[in-house]
Amino acid sequence: MSSHNEHKTMTLTLIVWRQKNATAQGKFDTYTAKGITEHHSFLEMLDVVNEDLIKGGKEPIMFDHDCREGICGMCSQVVNGVPHGGQERTTVCQLHMRKFKDGDTIYIEPWRARAFPIVRDLIVDRSALDTIIQAGGYTSCHTGGVPDGNAILVSKPDADYAMDAAECIGCGACAAACPNSAAMLFTSAKVAQLAALPQGKPEAAVRVKKMLDAHKECGFGNCSNHYECQAACPKGINVKFIAKLNREYLKAHLG
Amino acid sequence: MNFLQSSVGRKVLMAITGQLMVLFVVVHLLGNSTIFIGLINSYAEHLHSLGPFVWVFRLALLAMVLIHAYYGIQVTLENRAATPQKYAVNRQLKVSLAGSSMIWTGLTLACFIVYHLCHFTARLTSDVAGFAGQVPGDVYRMLVTSFSHGLTVFVYVAAMVALCFHLFHGIQSFFQTMGWNSECSLPLFSKLGKVVAVIVLIGYGSIPVAILAGILS
Amino acid sequence: MILDGKCPTGPIEKTWDKHRFDLKLVNPANKRKYNIIVVGTGLAGGAAAASLGELGYNVQAFCYQDTPRRAHSIAAQGGINAAKAYPNDGDSIYRLFYDTIKGGDFRAREADVWRLAQVSNNIIDQCVAQGVPFARDYAGYLDNRSFGGAQVSRTFFARGQTGQQLLLGAYSALSRQIAAGTVKMYNRREMLDLVVVDGVAKGITCRNLITGELESYAADAVCLCTGGYVNVFYLSTNAMGCSVTANWKAYKKGAYFANPCYTQIHPTCIPQAGDYQSKLTLMSESLRNDGRCWVPKNKADLAKHPDEIPEEARDYYLERKYPSFGNLAPRDIASRAAKEQCDDGRGVGPGGRGVYLDFSTAIKRVGADTIKERYGNLFEMYEKITDENGYKRPMRMYPAPHYSMGGLWVDYNLQSNIPGLFVLGEANFSVHGANRLGASALMQGLADGYFVIPYTIGGYLAGIKPGTVTTADPEFKKSTNEVKAYSQKLLSINGKKTVSEFMRELGGLMWENCGMARTESSLKDNLKKIPALREEFWKNVKVSGTGGELNQDLENAGRTADFLEFGELMCRDALHRKESCGGHFREEYQDQGEAERDDVNFCYVGAWEFKGEKAEPELHKEPLKFDNVHLAVRSYK
Repeated sequence: MSSHNEHKTMTLTLIVWRQKNATAQGKFDTYTAKGITEHHSFLEMLDVVNEDLIKGGKEPIMFDHDCREGICGMCSQVVNGVPHGGQERTTVCQLHMRKFKDGDTIYIEPWRARAFPIVRDLIVDRSALDTIIQAGGYTSCHTGGVPDGNAILVSKPDADYAMDAAECIGCGACAAACPNSAAMLFTSAKVAQLAALPQGKPEAAVRVKKMLDAHKECGFGNCSNHYECQAACPKGINVKFIAKLNREYLKAHLG
Repeated sequence: MNFLQSSVGRKVLMAITGQLMVLFVVVHLLGNSTIFIGLINSYAEHLHSLGPFVWVFRLALLAMVLIHAYYGIQVTLENRAATPQKYAVNRQLKVSLAGSSMIWTGLTLACFIVYHLCHFTARLTSDVAGFAGQVPGDVYRMLVTSFSHGLTVFVYVAAMVALCFHLFHGIQSFFQTMGWNSECSLPLFSKLGKVVAVIVLIGYGSIPVAILAGILS
Repeated sequence: MILDGKCPTGPIEKTWDKHRFDLKLVNPANKRKYNIIVVGTGLAGGAAAASLGELGYNVQAFCYQDTPRRAHSIAAQGGINAAKAYPNDGDSIYRLFYDTIKGGDFRAREADVWRLAQVSNNIIDQCVAQGVPFARDYAGYLDNRSFGGAQVSRTFFARGQTGQQLLLGAYSALSRQIAAGTVKMYNRREMLDLVVVDGVAKGITCRNLITGELESYAADAVCLCTGGYVNVFYLSTNAMGCSVTANWKAYKKGAYFANPCYTQIHPTCIPQAGDYQSKLTLMSESLRNDGRCWVPKNKADLAKHPDEIPEEARDYYLERKYPSFGNLAPRDIASRAAKEQCDDGRGVGPGGRGVYLDFSTAIKRVGADTIKERYGNLFEMYEKITDENGYKRPMRMYPAPHYSMGGLWVDYNLQSNIPGLFVLGEANFSVHGANRLGASALMQGLADGYFVIPYTIGGYLAGIKPGTVTTADPEFKKSTNEVKAYSQKLLSINGKKTVSEFMRELGGLMWENCGMARTESSLKDNLKKIPALREEFWKNVKVSGTGGELNQDLENAGRTADFLEFGELMCRDALHRKESCGGHFREEYQDQGEAERDDVNFCYVGAWEFKGEKAEPELHKEPLKFDNVHLAVRSYK
């Protein structure tokens, strides 16, 4: 264990957004995280703080998390101004404390966007993302009554392209990072995945229009090509999919 | 939702109008550059000989400016409404100053266009009042007279800096919005946009600066 | 009592077709009059809710996450099996059936497994139609790989994220039904009770996790698709929110809990780094296709850098013990072998809890680029967590609890012993026997959801009148009051220890005494310690906040309280099963280190009935008959 050092621990100052519920006034509170090793994940560091808070009779910091292996998309914290903390292709649950130094001050905030109202502390309501998928992020196939899997050939480049888009975990970091709070990367990933596959082509035109309408109605802003989303995306979803969405939208209107 | 209400529809409209204006800016720059080979007066003469086409062209340009500005402002207001609360710490990984200042450089350019039209087209300002009667007249002399004032030069150069910023983000943005980007084309278009933006800045900026510096007189 | 699985009889290959024909149908016009509750929206629940909604039933679906797309099915990496036999390598429905029965160490029902193998092919077609981007070859055909010790290539995959892609497929189908209004989705709800009216499941009581309010929902049938219970070990590969709670509440309302002692310990997980650790991360077992497991032969070499240990001083223990399967030995066997090495004092890394998984041979053979192409995302993940480069030094791996084969008892129709209560996916006990093969969990979840429950639930609903019970029924009020009182009790203790401290302690007991290897004395020890810990919990736990708000501490407290009861049942089951089979390894019952089954006395499903808080649960048995597969010693040597 070259980098393993059991004895070295860090003390950090956390400045955390606390908000009792959706309507309450929120504010920043300051906490100290003690005894943190470089092997703690960011959320495990918060666990340590919460244990202390509970024992001290205070309310722990509420935050969304579930799989803690970077795939469920539940965790959602803006760490020092960047969703998921800014380590490339990493969710905040996979961020480890070795990226921080003893004595650091860390700001922790919830996703901020009109379409993501705060529920409590660091937890926000992301049902707007569901609404966008419900508007058309599917193929209208019935259970049963579909052809053999190999009856639909998909070229390897198309399958790979679709898979690149499909890696989106729906965490909403794109919208949280976007200066306009646009969830265009999220929307485009689904549009592009399905438009690239023969199965999704028949509904491609209707899909892109409906999903974009839902995107707007949910209160997200407009994409203005800053590409901050891609930089913040824990799966590195490429903005070429937004170009694809634009293309699909134009095709839907012109072709 | 129709095209003109949708997020992408309006974006496309802005991209196309913006890009047509970029073309205009480039052509205008080529025309203006004739000053360095002493042909600007005959260039102006030639333009004015086109007659009604000049007005068709002017109205088309006006329409583009208005569409671009109208949707630009509308979309920006929507975007602000979508982000009611900012982060306490705001560290951005990718957003450029050019990108985030589009509305400000845009508004600056709108003001500049009004001033520019009053200045060299309508010739309402005092420095060019002497040229108001004769259109196009001695454009070369008019420019030299006008740009011998440091303040005027500053205004023009500042506006061109704003334009350069606007195009830094705007040109690459056009390709993305039209859906012509792939993973490898994006950085290329981005570079292309920056190169064009800088050429525009140097090209336009060189005229007033050259006059002020006495290179053209 | 002898339980009857109600399996159809006759030639096995005709059973499902015949049964489907025999099932009664609900008139299409009447379907909308029936309400169905689906709890959980993973592969089983998502697929079931979507399919039932599409058929025209009125579905209410529930999940504890903020959206149905986050269920832990999403974390499955490797792939999904199907008997398509596309590679022409000798696969067939019969072979998949046989492998699953054998892999499960002959502790699953033949008919259920046959059905699973049969519908496995439909699943692939369904997912392709949904736009799941399965891997393709250059001709555009679906690609397959061999996985988890199978001798044929029958595993379909979408990079290292097959579970995610399949779940998103089910989620998209579900989203379509939500938009169509046939499914009403309730996010951030945790089921805290099953409502049983006159012996029939008629609804659930949920806590709205945002407001803390308790809500009642009535229906004509309830489907539990609530996953597994290996978080009883505290550290597992499950998501933090995975719990036994829904199943446990159903158990306490009379549903039988079958084979709780069958838990799968996955051989390739990243070892624990410290006591603060909250979960373990699995690395796809596909790594074992190219990685070689070894530990130093001599304890003196433990402190050395692996590169300094010469080839002859390394013990490639899987290759040594199982020459024909080598590093691809099934999960239970590979896990136990790793534990043996560590117990022998030759484990590497912190606390000696680890074995090396070495890619240097494969890198020499096919090049680092090929290895990167195959497993790049896994190496990346490993480095994120451990800060070590798996290309340059061997990865460290250790087994971790991963899947529960046991679950609520169901008959062939996936109906529990409580009429109207159906259990799907990992939450039931049905097809994996005592050990699950790789790439079979996804297959089961989707089979149950897409292709089994839509038929079998109709057979039940056709026989009952819709809407006979509403939430006005006094049972709902009673259930709500009980749940409220339970929460209040948790909140009022205000002791000294946190919920996590109890859960950690329970997890430690379960891992030590009821983990990869169990003995009579370790289990008896737990049967004393767990009730004591439970007693302490109810006297000394500290739960912050109130019940009327979003309160994650209270959520965890409820789940921990249930695990504290469930852990005891698990040990009881493990104690009674005096044999070793699959994931259940009793040290007393082994033959030169290999599990020794006792088919004479234990060839049955053990299903436990709740008899009250103070009373011992009663064991019911469902004998297992093997007409199509010859009972044999499972050997991978």
